[in-house]
Amino acid sequence: MDKMDLLVTGVGGQGVVLASDIIGETALAAGYDVKKTDTLGMAQRGGSVVSHVRLAPKVWSPLIREGEADLLLAFEKLEAARWGHYLRPGGVAIVNSYQQPPLSVSLGQEDYPSDDEIAAVLKRRTENIYFIDGTGRARELGNVRTLNTFMLGCFSVFASLETDAWRESIARRMPENIREINLNAFEAGRKEIEGVRIGQS
Amino acid sequence: MENNLQLLSGNEALALGAYHAGVQLAAAYPGTPSTEILENLSRFKDIYAEWSTNEKVAMEVAMGAAYTGARAMVSMKHVGLNVASDPFMAASITGIVGGLVVVCADDPQIHSSQNEQDNRHYARLAKVPMLEPGDSQDAYDLMGYAFDISENFDTPVLLRTTTRISHSKSVVDVNRTRAVKNQQPTFHYNVQKYVMLPVNALPRHALVEERMVKLADYVETFPMNQITRGSHDLGIVTSGVAYNYAREVFPDASFLRLAMTWPLPEKMIKEFADGVKRLIVIEELDPFLQDNIKAMGIKVSGKEFIPLVGELNTRIVGERSAGAGLLPESEKVEAMSPAPGLPRRPPLLCPGCPHTGIYFVLNSIGQRSRLLEKKDDGPQEPKLIITGDIGCYTLGALPPLNVLDTTACMGAGIGQALGMEKAGVKNRVVAVIGDSTFMHSGITGLVDAVYNDGHITILILDNRTTAMTGHQDHPGTGVSAQGQDTYAVDIEALVRGIGVRDVKVVNAFNLKEVRAGVRDSLDRPEVSVVIVRGNCAMLVRKRAHPRVIDAGKCDQCGICLRLGCPAIQSEDGQPFIEATLCAGDICTICEQLCPQKAISKSEDVA
Repeated sequence: MDKMDLLVTGVGGQGVVLASDIIGETALAAGYDVKKTDTLGMAQRGGSVVSHVRLAPKVWSPLIREGEADLLLAFEKLEAARWGHYLRPGGVAIVNSYQQPPLSVSLGQEDYPSDDEIAAVLKRRTENIYFIDGTGRARELGNVRTLNTFMLGCFSVFASLETDAWRESIARRMPENIREINLNAFEAGRKEIEGVRIGQS
Repeated sequence: MENNLQLLSGNEALALGAYHAGVQLAAAYPGTPSTEILENLSRFKDIYAEWSTNEKVAMEVAMGAAYTGARAMVSMKHVGLNVASDPFMAASITGIVGGLVVVCADDPQIHSSQNEQDNRHYARLAKVPMLEPGDSQDAYDLMGYAFDISENFDTPVLLRTTTRISHSKSVVDVNRTRAVKNQQPTFHYNVQKYVMLPVNALPRHALVEERMVKLADYVETFPMNQITRGSHDLGIVTSGVAYNYAREVFPDASFLRLAMTWPLPEKMIKEFADGVKRLIVIEELDPFLQDNIKAMGIKVSGKEFIPLVGELNTRIVGERSAGAGLLPESEKVEAMSPAPGLPRRPPLLCPGCPHTGIYFVLNSIGQRSRLLEKKDDGPQEPKLIITGDIGCYTLGALPPLNVLDTTACMGAGIGQALGMEKAGVKNRVVAVIGDSTFMHSGITGLVDAVYNDGHITILILDNRTTAMTGHQDHPGTGVSAQGQDTYAVDIEALVRGIGVRDVKVVNAFNLKEVRAGVRDSLDRPEVSVVIVRGNCAMLVRKRAHPRVIDAGKCDQCGICLRLGCPAIQSEDGQPFIEATLCAGDICTICEQLCPQKAISKSEDVA
């Protein structure tokens, strides 16, 4: 892997920033230059969140240019559609098929896009789209908050970084009482995406 | 020393850089994107760190420390320097003894601010040196220089960062350890330096001018101002994060990258300009470098094609440069636009937010939804005029609550309310202000309203924290920045002490009490204060008994949705409460509101 530009996105509270931190730290340990930047707006508060993570021998801009991201890791599917135009042609989209409707949708003022509409938005850029039920799997593991490490597991299959390095940086960032469950979620995410890949090929 | 590479945000690097430079005192008022600087410094127990009441006080505290020979730092967001500008200008003229570094974090793109001012102008105004990092390594390294420059030239140093630098992480070689220069701070009597009577201030001004001359020599040798020789066809002068965008877009150009941007290295710039056919400046916001380079008599362009508004990125720099003929048109890769028609996801008040109930009450008493419905029908006079302030509660300006008529700057709402009343508007004026903002700059406005016999209502939304910036303590909370128990300023006693006779304290989570308190206040021919008290939901870990809607009882009136609570959603017209988001027992506002009594607690504990 020479370089990778990836966008991690979701809704405030889903653990996007921690996940992108862990990606950055794992890449640093593997010898990459790393820049990562979060755009939160005013939100910790249920707003749209996006992290840009860039790995390369030398990184200048912390922001990825639209249309140049190698991978989009989306924790919520509307957010996948919102940031889909950042993908380069043929890039990879990993989408948690979880729906958190914005208030305007609940008030009936706007419509939440259908799965087909979301897929169509992403297909403007790529056919490499993986929809996974991350929230459901995290809940089965016993804690829905492990969604972010589950998604990291999914992502790790596409990044040539050592599995042990991932486990080390996850362990470093997780307090003892939730360390094991997060490491399990990471493994479950790896397996999940490998299963989906085989299914698609 | 062995390699110690860490992935740090700009703010973390500034804090660590200052710590290693021997900072002994740090003061700040929280403000995005600067907050994490003091948060990180406060974890070091061998320095003194405080949340100050506001940026002006923070600057004065740091100035006092610097007068004793201690190294001191003050950090704030860009508009914080407006508040602190009086003591900042004063520190410039008196100078210091121990190093004084003033960190200000600008917010190009207005990610979380009320304006987009370019604080580099303050360096020129105050006649102080300025440093600008372009990434976290710069932030760490420049802190080492900043304190030395301050002490060597008897001046505060302005270190200007931006949101993109403060909130981006990049690799830092942490290659220093902490060293404290002056272990025993001492204040030495020196009236000519510290007492700015006219007789002393005028000679000090002459010293400031001499200082600038010496600094102009020094900057020519500043090691972090660097020239990278590339093509002679194009030379780019740049600073801050813009350097990174420019390097990526123009891999072959020659670069003069400035890390010390005031005063400017005139000789270095002239030599650089002489070596290239065309000179441009790439900088965010104002043409600060460009105008000053022009004033040296050098032909330069930049803002003719680089935008004044918003933050830059590689796309903007690339497209605009191609438009100006600096890059082949083919470099203008066709950028995909965002997919049209997607629902927006603006920030909201959180589930369990103590502002939701009072805002719903203001919305209904003030018939604020009608203002939205009729917004195209010409001028409308709100039944209740509501002046706002700065904090999470500013989000109440958005639908469906729609309860704010103004938001200007910290503490402005009370003065604005009084001004409207004294101008003679017929409708009642209400000012809304948070507890931390009230401490910051609401108190003087309240004194003014009492003194001048205002007839206004002031709602102090007391959520016991500085919530918007991530829950920092403030003078009302009783806990210091470093986690020590301390004195809590009693807002109610303070308000009474100022002379307000009608003071009520209501429970933010009791709709009836809130409504009765506000209604009573609106009728009073005096300054009336209602303290609406309820802990920020993010401070309360307990989340027992999420509420559920009984679809059998619910008549789909939709009033619960008008609270704007993220936990209350709807599917095909039927509202429901998302159990994983609901705050449960601590809130219950929707349960109190529901006319059909269709909302009750579920037996789930989680």
